[in-house]
Amino acid sequence: MTASLNLDKKMLAAARARRLPVDLTDEQVQQFGAEIEALRKRIMDSLGEKDARYIRRMIKTQRYLEIGGRGLLFAGILPPAWLAGTAMLGVAKILENMEIGHNVIHGQWDWMRDPEIHSSKWEWDNVCPSDQWQHSHNYMHHKWTNVVGMDRDVGYGILRMSERQPWHPAYLAQPVTNALLATFFQWGVALHDVEFERVLKGEKSFREAWGQLKHIGKKVRKQVIKDYVLFPLLAGPFFLPVLAGNITANLIRNLWAYMIIFCGHFPDGVEDFLPEDIENEDKAHWYLRQLLGSANIEGGPLMHIMSGNLSHQMEHHLFPDMPSNRYAEAAKEVRAICQKYGLPYNSKPLHRQFGSVLAKVMRLSLPNRAPKQAMVSA
Amino acid sequence: MTSVLRPLTRFGHWLATPLLPESYLELIDPLLGAGLRGRIEQVVRESEDAVSLEIRPNSRWQGARAGQYVRLGVDIDGVRHWRCYSVSSGDAGRDDSFTVTVRAIDGGHVSTWLNHYARAGMVLMLDQAAGEFVLPSGELPKLLFITAGSGITPVMGMLRSLAATGREADVVHLHYSPDEASNLFAGDRRGLALAHGWTSLTRLTRSHGDQHFCADQLQALCPDWRDRLAYVCGPQALMDAVSAHWDSADLVARLKQENFRPALKTVAAGAGGEVRFWHSGRAAEAAGDKPLLEVAEQAGLLPKHGCRMGICQGCLVTLKEGQVRDLTTGEIFGEAGDMVRICVCAAAGNVTLDL
Repeated sequence: MTASLNLDKKMLAAARARRLPVDLTDEQVQQFGAEIEALRKRIMDSLGEKDARYIRRMIKTQRYLEIGGRGLLFAGILPPAWLAGTAMLGVAKILENMEIGHNVIHGQWDWMRDPEIHSSKWEWDNVCPSDQWQHSHNYMHHKWTNVVGMDRDVGYGILRMSERQPWHPAYLAQPVTNALLATFFQWGVALHDVEFERVLKGEKSFREAWGQLKHIGKKVRKQVIKDYVLFPLLAGPFFLPVLAGNITANLIRNLWAYMIIFCGHFPDGVEDFLPEDIENEDKAHWYLRQLLGSANIEGGPLMHIMSGNLSHQMEHHLFPDMPSNRYAEAAKEVRAICQKYGLPYNSKPLHRQFGSVLAKVMRLSLPNRAPKQAMVSA
Repeated sequence: MTSVLRPLTRFGHWLATPLLPESYLELIDPLLGAGLRGRIEQVVRESEDAVSLEIRPNSRWQGARAGQYVRLGVDIDGVRHWRCYSVSSGDAGRDDSFTVTVRAIDGGHVSTWLNHYARAGMVLMLDQAAGEFVLPSGELPKLLFITAGSGITPVMGMLRSLAATGREADVVHLHYSPDEASNLFAGDRRGLALAHGWTSLTRLTRSHGDQHFCADQLQALCPDWRDRLAYVCGPQALMDAVSAHWDSADLVARLKQENFRPALKTVAAGAGGEVRFWHSGRAAEAAGDKPLLEVAEQAGLLPKHGCRMGICQGCLVTLKEGQVRDLTTGEIFGEAGDMVRICVCAAAGNVTLDL
């Protein structure tokens, strides 16, 4: 809260309580925030040897899988070897990007002070340079989660994912755009921080965008040479099976990452917000917005690991720098806290969450049918 | 690296991108991983509270001169801690292992941990050996070593180096220890002194009530101390007494000193403040007696640093705003643009660092 505004505290509180679609007094929101904060502190204070072992073992497993997958692909002329190799490499890439890369870049493992597992050093196996991702994702998306017009992850600048985004005939092609985004997801992610739409509007200089593009180009060159030139060449006569395997592995990773990420903020029941909703937002209200703006995927340990624990998207948004192996533990308590305060806890199996995302993609390609029931704040 | 290997290494980098070839090689052997590392070959208990670790470094090791120290990176409860320890073995070449001796000090997190848990086979991170507390090259002048407690370790390295290389030297060694039980390397020192005709004197200050270092005692034990190149290493009280004595004799140029522990004085507790890190956008509350380096590390940053005791300038950071307190002197100073040693400076009020 900005003290200098010198606004009446009670008025502010009332305004805030109205803006978020919850039935809580300001005092209750503050209590909720304090409980979430206490949970965060308790888990962060208990980090230690076991957690360090977890991430090191995960990194080792991922590297063995990658070596195994690439090795099998060299025998890829045999269909079973090709299938197994491609699947292993696909899984390795998913683990690297999601359970390792995304989480390391968030600083979840910075407390270990190991420069090899540190947010300032990690470069992931993906065409998007880590530092640009850090800006567009860690900062823009995690700070302004689901605030239409501020969080560029609401539709990624190309899709209409909220009724509050104005409709345009170009969105009629949305089902196709969406399929293309899923297929080329890593490229979409790489170009995300260039913010072409802002360059076109003149809000961002072409010069700045060009600098970013050159930086992306360097990373792209290395990634493309590795997967699509060197490893296929190393296979000699089996150039084509290896090339096809690598393309497929990247595709598997793209589709899976797309699906998990879209299930984080676009399923039914997830709220979005307007810039005026977050004026004077304090930590407790920020926590509340993170909770209301995210959704979990129900599933077992394998689901959690393969989604980089983004199946605990709500916990991830409450605690972006908490090591991902602790989200399951945090989730139990967050669910209990939500129950206590009568807050929704949006957790459903993958097919239900993703089904509602696809329905939204279709629905919002058309103009809003009837005016959505206006929020009290509108 | 030979010119044949270079294209091969480059090729490896293209295959391993965005990681390094070492990231995969370390699956075979942790020593093949990135950076300088070493494996503990042997753990020898020297006394109840001191162990020697013989460490076999990987191929990046450039060797150590006797008397130098090596920084060890030790993972404790998942968190990496770096500490300097003196090499207690003699000179070590690029292919040689070396030994550090670690005494568990009161409240010393890392030294205590190493005393309890260091085992053969464990892999530690290392830095190249550093430090000027070494023997001169060429013909040796007459030497005087004054040590106390675990301050013996770098000097033990030099004595072993002299013995191993067979360099002619006239040595007087004056060592202070509280009692026989904690008298490190007593047997080795006696043996070397006998074999090489050195004078090795030990004063047991607690059990025998022997006197601590003083001018008269030195005059009695080593009348020609003025003619000797002197080395002193030990607790701050000894360092202060010896350097004051050499100072009064106008012989400071002939005295080499090694602080083996951060010499942070207890400064009148001053207020700390908020420390903001300019580049990363992070911030943290800091107590007035907590080194900024530790504050930064706890905020999740990895600032470059060296000795962590204010001597190597490896941690200099530009001050953007505010003032800092030098924990070695208590002095409060700083203007925007000053380079400060964050390992021995604490926040004196709100501070912004270029980190």
